[in-house]
Amino acid sequence: MEALNLALLGVVLALLSAGFALFSSHYSVLTRWLVIPLLGLSGLLVAVAGMQLLLSGGAVFTAELPFGLPWLAWHVRLDMLSGFFLLLIGVVCVAVAFYAPGYLREFEHGRGSMAVLGGFTGLFVAGMQLVVLADDAFLFMVAWELMSLSSYFLVTFQHENAANRRAGFLYLMMAEIGALCILLGYGVLAGNGHGFAFDAMRSAQVGGLWATVAFALAFLGFGMKAGLLPVHAWLPEAHPVAPSHISALMSGVMLKVAVYGFIRFSFDLLGGIQWSWGVAVLLVGSISALMGVLYALMQHDLKRLLAYHSVENIGIIFIGLGLSMVFEGAGHHLLAALGLVAALYHTINHALFKSLLFLGAGAVLHSSHQRDMEHMGGLLRLMPWTGLFFLVGCISIAALPPFNGFVSEWLTFQTALQAWSLENGVLRSLIPVAAAILALTGALAAACFVKVYGVSFLGQARSKQARKAREVDMGMRLGQGFLALLCLLLGVLPTTMIHLIDAIPRQLLHTGLDKAMAHGWLWLTPLGGQTASYSAGLVLLGLLAAWWLAALILRRGGVRQVRRCDAWDCGFSPLNARMQYTATAFSQPIRRVFGMLFAIDESVKHDESGQLRHSLQVGDRLWGWLYAPVIRSVLQAGRVAGRLQTGHLRNYLGWTLGTLVVLLWLIS
Amino acid sequence: MADFLSLSGWLIVLLQGILFLLGAPLLAGWIRFVKARLQNRRGARIIQPLQDLYKLFGKEALVAHTASLVFRAAPYVVFASALVAVSLVPLLATNLPSAMAADMIVLVGLLALGRFFLALAGMDVGSSFGGMGSSREMMVSALAEPAMLMAVFTLAMSAHSTNLSSVVDFNLANGLILRPSFLFALLGLMLVAVAETGRIPVDNPATHLELTMIHEAMILEYSGRHLALMEWAAQLKLMLYGVLIVNLFFPWGIATGDTAGALLMGLLAVTVKLLLLGVVVAVMETVLAKMRLFRVPQYLNLAFLLTLLGLFSHIILETGT
Repeated sequence: MEALNLALLGVVLALLSAGFALFSSHYSVLTRWLVIPLLGLSGLLVAVAGMQLLLSGGAVFTAELPFGLPWLAWHVRLDMLSGFFLLLIGVVCVAVAFYAPGYLREFEHGRGSMAVLGGFTGLFVAGMQLVVLADDAFLFMVAWELMSLSSYFLVTFQHENAANRRAGFLYLMMAEIGALCILLGYGVLAGNGHGFAFDAMRSAQVGGLWATVAFALAFLGFGMKAGLLPVHAWLPEAHPVAPSHISALMSGVMLKVAVYGFIRFSFDLLGGIQWSWGVAVLLVGSISALMGVLYALMQHDLKRLLAYHSVENIGIIFIGLGLSMVFEGAGHHLLAALGLVAALYHTINHALFKSLLFLGAGAVLHSSHQRDMEHMGGLLRLMPWTGLFFLVGCISIAALPPFNGFVSEWLTFQTALQAWSLENGVLRSLIPVAAAILALTGALAAACFVKVYGVSFLGQARSKQARKAREVDMGMRLGQGFLALLCLLLGVLPTTMIHLIDAIPRQLLHTGLDKAMAHGWLWLTPLGGQTASYSAGLVLLGLLAAWWLAALILRRGGVRQVRRCDAWDCGFSPLNARMQYTATAFSQPIRRVFGMLFAIDESVKHDESGQLRHSLQVGDRLWGWLYAPVIRSVLQAGRVAGRLQTGHLRNYLGWTLGTLVVLLWLIS
Repeated sequence: MADFLSLSGWLIVLLQGILFLLGAPLLAGWIRFVKARLQNRRGARIIQPLQDLYKLFGKEALVAHTASLVFRAAPYVVFASALVAVSLVPLLATNLPSAMAADMIVLVGLLALGRFFLALAGMDVGSSFGGMGSSREMMVSALAEPAMLMAVFTLAMSAHSTNLSSVVDFNLANGLILRPSFLFALLGLMLVAVAETGRIPVDNPATHLELTMIHEAMILEYSGRHLALMEWAAQLKLMLYGVLIVNLFFPWGIATGDTAGALLMGLLAVTVKLLLLGVVVAVMETVLAKMRLFRVPQYLNLAFLLTLLGLFSHIILETGT
C-alpha cells in the first residue's frame, strides 16, 4: 500500500509543480528553485514506488479515489507492469529535472511564457503517471487526454514559427483520432464486461470477432500514439519542435506510455491472445523499424533524425511484443514470456538512450544554436562531456556490446531463433524474416549514428556558431551523465534488470524465465545454458584486458609519445571545413541503394546569377500515398457540406424544420 | 556451462589467442605470397606482415591537429574488440570456456563495435577520404551484417544453440552431408567474409588509388603504432572469418578434448585448412577484378538471399512438421 501512496504523492507533486508554475512568469526564480525540483521529486517518488513494487516480486495494490462520476469512482491500481513503467517515467523525469534549469535559462527572457511551459510540463508528467496507475477506462481516458492535450501545448510552445503550429495541429489531430480508437476499444470491452472498471473487463469473456475488433482498435489507437508506421507522420514533426527536455520526455517516456497501454489492453484486459494478432504486430513492427531507420538516415536535422529513430525503436519493441503474442497464441508460454521481457527491456533501454540523445541534442542546440548537422562539426573538443555522453548514447542505440541496446536486441534475436518450435510452417518462416529485418535495422542504425557522431562531434566546425560552442553547465551535464551511466549499467548487468522485469510475465502470462539466472548473476541464460548464454560483464572485462594488452605491447615497442602534425590526406592541399564529408554525402550510398523507398526530389539548376545550385529533398512516400488523399477527401467533403451554408436565415430555418420532421418520422 | 572454471580450458583459450595474434599476419602474408606467385612475381616472404607490424611498433605515431580523442582511442577499441571476438572462436578445440561468455550474436556485435569506431576514426580528422571510406564501409556492412546473421541463424537453428562451440560439436556429430541449408549458408558467409574483410572484388587491400579505397581510406591518417594496431586488427578479422568458415563447415580434425595430441592434431588440421582457403582467396583475387561500388549492393543482396534461402530450406526441409 505504501508504494501506491508514494506513487499518488508523486502525481500530486507533479500537479503542484504545474500549479506553482503559474506564478513563474512574474518570479522567474520559481522555475529553477521550485517548479523543476518538484517535478524531479515527483519523478523520484514514482521511481521509488515502481522499484519497491518490482522488488516485491508480485504484489498488487488497489485503491479508490474520491473523484470521478457519482457512480464511477476513480480506481487506481499498482501492479508489476505499472510499477515498471512508473520506474521508467520516474528515472527520465529525474534526469530532466537536473537538466532543465540550465536549459531553460535562455527561455526566461524569450517570448514564450514560463508559466505555460512549466504548467503544461507538470500536467503532462502527472497525466503520464496517472495513465499508468489508472484501473478503469474512465480515469485512463481522462489521464490519456491530459497527457495528449498538455503535450500539444508544449509542442506549440514556440508558436511564432508557422511550421511548429502546423506540427502541433497534425499532432493534435492524430492524437485525438487515436484516442477515439482507444475509447471505442474500451467500449467493446466494457460492453462485454458490463462495467468500466478494468476488473470487470478482465473477467469478461470477449468472443471471436469482437475480440479481434477490440484488438484492432487498440492496436490502431495505441500504435498511433506510439508512432508505428503508417500512422507515424506526426512524430517526426512534433518531437523536434518542442524544447529539448520536452522532446526527451515525449520520445523517451510518452511513447512508452502508449506501449504500456497496448500491453495492458491486449495482454491483461483482453486476454486470450490469438497468434494472428501477433503476426499483424510483428509485420507492422518490422516495417516501422526498417522504414524508421531508413528515413532517419536521410535527415540532417539532428532532432528530427532522433525522432525518426523513435519510430525505429518502437518498431523493435513491437517486434518483441509480436513474437510474444505469436508464441502465446501458439501455446509456448515460456517463449512468450521471453518475447515480452525482450520488448520491455528494449522499452526501458530506449527510454534511457533516447532521452540521453535528446538531452545531448538540446545541449548542442543550447550552446551552438544549431539543429542542422551540416552546420556542426568538431564539437567533441569544445564540449567534451556532452560529447562523451552522446557517444555512449550512440553506441547504445546502435546496439553494440557491451551497452544496453545490445542486450535487448540479443534477447529479441534469441526469441526469434526459437521459431523452430512452432507447428505452423508459414509462421516458422515468417519469424526469421522479421529477424533479418531487425538485423538490417541494427546495422543501418549503426551507420546512422556513425554519421551523427562523425558529422556533428568529430572533424572541424562547419559554421561560426559551432566554433563558438561551449560546454554546458553542471546540471545539464549531470542529467546526461546519469542516463549514460544507466545505459552502461543496464548493458553490463542485464540479469539484475531481468530479475526485476521477470515478475511482469509472471503476472500477465503466469510464466517466468526460471532459467534466466540459473548460472548466477554473471550469466544471462534466458532459456538455459545449453541454448545461449551471454555474460556482458566478462565481455567488458575482456575488452578492457585486450586494451591493456595492446597498451602493454606498445610500451615495449619504444616510442610512446605522439607528435601533432597537419593531416596528411594523401598529400593534397591543406584541409578546410568545407572539404569534409557532410551528413547528406555520408548517407548518399544508402540513399541510392534504397532509392525506391523514398520520394527523392533532386535537381541541379542555374540560379539567377548563373551559379549552379544543387537541391535535394527526401520526402516520405507515405505522405503522398496515405495522408494526402485523406486530407483531399476531407476538404472535398467540407466543400460539399459548405454548399448548405448559403448565408440566408430562411434556408437555415428550412434545414432545421426538415431535420425535425425526419427525426419525428424516425421516432414514430 | 559447468566447466567454466576449468584451468585447461582457459589455457587453450590463451594458446588460441597467441596463435591468432601470430597466425593472422602470417595468413595475410601467405595470401599475398600465393597471389604474387600466381601473378608471376616472386613476392615477399610470408613473415613480411609480421615484420611490418614489428617495425611499425617502433615508430613514432603522428596525429593530425584536427583529430580528437576518438582518433587515438579507436585503434585500441578496434584491436580489443577483434581480439575478444577471436577468443570466442574454436580454433584448435571446441568446448571453450570463453564461448560461453559470448555467443555468435555477440561475435557479430563485437565486430560491429570495432567497425563503428573504425568508421568514426575515419571521420575524425575531417578529410574527404576518411569520410568517404566511412560512408562506404557503413553501407557495405549494413548490407553484409544481416546476411552474416542469417547464416549464423541457420547454424544456430540446426544446433538449437547460438554457442559457437556447441554448433561445431553439433556439426562434428552429425556430419554435413545432404544439408542444403548449410551449403547456402556457406556460400553466403563466404561472400560476406570477402566484403567484411575488404578483399577483391569488394575492396582492394593493396590499392593506392584514392577514389577506390574503402578500408584503406579510413586508416589513411594513421601511422606508427596506431597503424600497427589497425592493421593487426584487420588481419585478425581476416583470420577470424577464415576460421569460422573452415571450422564451422568443415570441422574435421578439431580437438574435442584437451589432450596435447588432440590439440596438435587440431593445429595441424586448421593450418592445412586455412592454407587451402588462402589459396582459394588468392586465386579469386587474381582472376576477379574489383567491382564498381554500386555493384556491391547487388553482390551483398545475393549473399543475403543465399543465407535466407539457407534458413528457409532448413525450416521447410530439415525441421519437418
